[in-house]
Amino acid sequence: MAENTPDITDEKIPTVIADGVDIVYRVNGTGGGRGSATAALNRMLRRKQAEKAAGVRKVHAVKNVSFVAYRGEAIGLIGTNGSGKSTLLKAVAGLLPVENGRIHTDGQPSLLGVNAALMNDLTGERNVYLGGLAMGMSREQVKERYQEIVDFSGINEKGDFITLPMRTYSSGMAARLRFSIAAAKDHDVLLIDEALATGDAAFRKRSEARIRELRKHAGTVFLVSHNNKSIRDTCDRVLWLERGELRMDGPTEDVLQEYEAFTGDKSDKPKPRPKAKPKVAAAS
Amino acid sequence: MSQVLDTPPPTSAPAEDDLAALAAHHGLSVSGARPSLPEYIRQLWARRHFIAAFSTAKLTSQYSQAKLGQVWQVMNPLLNAAVYFLIFGVLLGTKKGVPDYVPFLVTGVFIWTFTQSSILAGTRAISGNLGLVRALHFPRAALPISFCLQQLQQLLFSMCALVVILLCFGVPVSASWVLAIPALVLQFTFNAGVSMIMARFGAKTPDIAQLMPFVLRTWMYVSGVMWSIEHLAAKHHNWPSWVVPVLQANPAAVYIDLMRYALIDSFHSSQLPHHVWLIATGWALLAGVGGFIYFWKAEETYGRG
Repeated sequence: MAENTPDITDEKIPTVIADGVDIVYRVNGTGGGRGSATAALNRMLRRKQAEKAAGVRKVHAVKNVSFVAYRGEAIGLIGTNGSGKSTLLKAVAGLLPVENGRIHTDGQPSLLGVNAALMNDLTGERNVYLGGLAMGMSREQVKERYQEIVDFSGINEKGDFITLPMRTYSSGMAARLRFSIAAAKDHDVLLIDEALATGDAAFRKRSEARIRELRKHAGTVFLVSHNNKSIRDTCDRVLWLERGELRMDGPTEDVLQEYEAFTGDKSDKPKPRPKAKPKVAAAS
Repeated sequence: MSQVLDTPPPTSAPAEDDLAALAAHHGLSVSGARPSLPEYIRQLWARRHFIAAFSTAKLTSQYSQAKLGQVWQVMNPLLNAAVYFLIFGVLLGTKKGVPDYVPFLVTGVFIWTFTQSSILAGTRAISGNLGLVRALHFPRAALPISFCLQQLQQLLFSMCALVVILLCFGVPVSASWVLAIPALVLQFTFNAGVSMIMARFGAKTPDIAQLMPFVLRTWMYVSGVMWSIEHLAAKHHNWPSWVVPVLQANPAAVYIDLMRYALIDSFHSSQLPHHVWLIATGWALLAGVGGFIYFWKAEETYGRG
């Protein structure tokens, strides 16, 4: 895989290694009586007999995906809706079990998803502390970074909003604060799922700059996005998932060109650069 | 660029053992594995500030939309006690023969509520916070512990109200009030332990949360929250001899009676079962240590599937 990515240092240090990863979801309560009480009872009684008859459906979300991510890389994950991008990220973060294969990581990859720890009834200020602590920062670290987080979010640009409860924020403001809190920590491996879709143009620029900065701090960044432009601006390597299979793995421009041809999206395609044919990663 | 869209051409992927060897060479660890018990305790300790901040945040956000705000922290337990007084003290006449019935009742209700709401919150600790569990990495035991801590803070508000009630009903301030502190520490440990057990049950089978209120109500009625187990036994001579010791040794009754003994002057040590502190410590250790280990055993499964 060495020829896929431009060499940054002589010895590349892997941070995430996915080794033939399969991910299967099991969904309860499908089919077999449309979720009525008798169907539920039936399901409990016959649990061991047949998962299928009991209405448990398996969804094979990610199929035999292998890749190696190195320190200092920013990797975009693209693919049409439901192709398994978010599922793969969750598995890398260790939040979903893999059916087959292994995911090895250096340190603890973190999903940029501090939202769940925040409470709408609390002020932005207390949420900054709560979110920081939830991500595993110490109290001193949060105190130290507090001003930086508030400034970065730009919440106080239009008045003293940080001391108001978060439920009074507009959705854009709340999203900006969430991203600012999440990006305040230097992660070893940062996984971002469509986070840049929110916020105005100025904030998006700042977020992209912050992602580049996080990369410089020796981390690896994964970015899931449907915005090809933000992938182009931040990533140097792209993994293309389709129906759970890894279709392509290569330099951003090469993969995006193929992807845009596949989706028929020509809108923001730059002039094609002459380039060697990208290597297509094996998927099955 | 010619690619068949639906079947990717089989090109050379690194062999599987290559990747595993590469991971081993650079000291990478497998994602999502359960940490060892000492490591787990260390991680939990590192998150202590989060646990405290999370419980306080939950507590304050509870009444943040109410006009009276945090006054409800005290009002709620007082109203609760008033309802029980109306029903058990006035209508059913349970108070006969119990000296200082109002302090007796209110202490019972507050201490019971602490255990009850800790266990209820613990049951939903994982299943009700899947978003948090699926988004962030932290030792999951932080959640049930945090919810118990929230209930402890709630109880401390109630205790302020309780002190006012005690003084209003002429219960003298005495040195034994200090005993309330060890009693609360033991009760908290017990609650946290049971919460962690229930959190694991609730994570696997969320239906448990529907069942718990009934279990807890039954437990309340046998724990002597509104009446004195002793007085009740005196009325029922035909009870087998083991009933009263068993009722008195049940953890809820132990912690309630300890608190009554600590706070209420007319509640004598003769009304406590033998070795009551030993029983209280035993329950706390059994539930606390056992619950923690039981919870940790399923650490990697929470929030999945």
